[in-house]
Amino acid sequence: MVDVHPRPAAGRPTAAPGGPRGRRHAGRREREHREEVAGLLFVTPATLGIAVFVLLPMVLALLLGFTDADGFGNVRFTGAENYRRLLTDPLFWSSMRTTALYVVVFVPGVYVVALTMALLVNGALPARAFFRTAFFAPYAVSLVVVGLVWRYMLADSTGVVAQALRGLGVDDPPSFLGDPGWALWCVALISIWFFVGFYMIILLGGLQEIPTETLEAARLDGAGPWQTLWSVVLPMLRPTTFFVLVLTSIAGLAGLQAFDLIFVMTQGGPANSTSMGVFYIYQQAFKFNNVGYASAMATVYALALLALTAIAFRITRGGRFDHAD
Amino acid sequence: MTTPTRGRGARVGRAVRLALATVLAAVQLFPLLWMLSGAFKDAAEIRGAALIPANLTLDNIAEVFTRIPYARFLLNSLLTSVVVTALLVFLGSMAAYALARLRFRGRGALFGVIFATLMVAMPVILVPLFMVVARLGLVNSYAGLILPVSFTAFPIFLMRQFYLQFPRDLEEAADLDGCGYLRRFVRVVLPLSRSMLAALAVTTFLSTWNSFLWPLTVAREAELWVVQVGMSQFQTQYGGDWNLVMAASLVAAVPTLALFLLLQRQIVESVKASGLKG
Repeated sequence: MVDVHPRPAAGRPTAAPGGPRGRRHAGRREREHREEVAGLLFVTPATLGIAVFVLLPMVLALLLGFTDADGFGNVRFTGAENYRRLLTDPLFWSSMRTTALYVVVFVPGVYVVALTMALLVNGALPARAFFRTAFFAPYAVSLVVVGLVWRYMLADSTGVVAQALRGLGVDDPPSFLGDPGWALWCVALISIWFFVGFYMIILLGGLQEIPTETLEAARLDGAGPWQTLWSVVLPMLRPTTFFVLVLTSIAGLAGLQAFDLIFVMTQGGPANSTSMGVFYIYQQAFKFNNVGYASAMATVYALALLALTAIAFRITRGGRFDHAD
Repeated sequence: MTTPTRGRGARVGRAVRLALATVLAAVQLFPLLWMLSGAFKDAAEIRGAALIPANLTLDNIAEVFTRIPYARFLLNSLLTSVVVTALLVFLGSMAAYALARLRFRGRGALFGVIFATLMVAMPVILVPLFMVVARLGLVNSYAGLILPVSFTAFPIFLMRQFYLQFPRDLEEAADLDGCGYLRRFVRVVLPLSRSMLAALAVTTFLSTWNSFLWPLTVAREAELWVVQVGMSQFQTQYGGDWNLVMAASLVAAVPTLALFLLLQRQIVESVKASGLKG
């Protein structure tokens, strides 16, 4: 791991108060000691909390995956039994497939829409502040509320979406949340709708970093808006783009936002078509009390996330997205 | 010759951009407006297609508060969100300051470990976290709602980036006065990072208020339900009564929407900071 302290420790003592040479040396050593103690004290509360509530569960998940723990205190070591069971569990495989499908729709969907919004808000546009607020607004509401509102809107035949479709001449609007062919699409699209505002702001930050002289130079060279976008803006936006893609991939894979939506809207159905990994793990653990088995599945997901994070970390040389290329 | 065409092209381009922005804004806002409208419709009209209710009624909101202890849920959410925000912001920035500015052994390694937990998602550690919390005897308690989500890597990561760029002379002025490290942190560093802390606090409050999975898992008794959990349970009971469900949704959404409208600048700043300096 690369340490990225911007300023070396040298140079600091110059600010030390003047005085006899000997006293200053002793004072410095004492101060270094006090600094060390203070530093340790400062990090202790947060570190302890993270150790108990993040690291310990991570380790436990790994261990429990090799047991038949049932959540009532019965724990027996069963070796790789859970992992063998995973391989032959059709619901596990279908949850992996569902998760993958979700990520494949969610990640590019968020990027394209959020970038469109950021470009619109960054350019000459009347009522820019209003549009920015409007684009971001869904993100200020909870996913439980979002799930309920969309369920109301997507209700079979009586929902406003079905009514609108009938008005447009679609005689028999689909049952959006009742049809296995539609439900996952709805969950993915609603997730996109919810998150685009957040990523628009991040992309906007990236766009505003591009020097206006560069854009001006492109314009003077006779580049049209599309050409400028392709050959100037997008290449210069690459670090931000990369950051957004990594973040959305992780969020999608971990099912951060999808869980709440699935819980409220579909409970994993119809026919398990929206039962993403995190939801299936939750069911196994808290509905069927298969804590050991759920932990094994969680471990598989954690490893996938870890691999993704490690790759991102490597590419960005320690999380410095702004210097990545 | 080229100037007029270019002028017209720019005008057309502007119109297209405005049209696209309007469509996107409508898509983003309509569901929220539809919730607002549904909350004030009566049962007879709730399945209708009108955006403005014909018979505007406040009964739904009153019903929500009488049928379930919704006020209690709101209070639980408020308490949880405030305490989590205070803990995360204060302890997180304290650790971040030490990691950025104070020299002590193992600092690099510690930051590496904290960074590694940055991407650990709640759903993945949910089951063992619940077991840890159960073993600590915190299930069905406010401590159980609050503590497990009050220690995450993100605030540390964000504030460390901030303190790395913090002007050094300001602290050193305090050093000359002989302030202790804690006093210096509380009296000098914290006030100088006010805007960043405010931004972090707003987003932390929003995300805690809106969180669902952990409160759902840890609070088994209704007295401890936060508003998101209460609402999801309400919906399973009164699922068909969309006017009541929308009223409950509106009440849950109003605090965060209001906060967002009032403190938009801070929120935008914090989101940008998390992206740019990431």
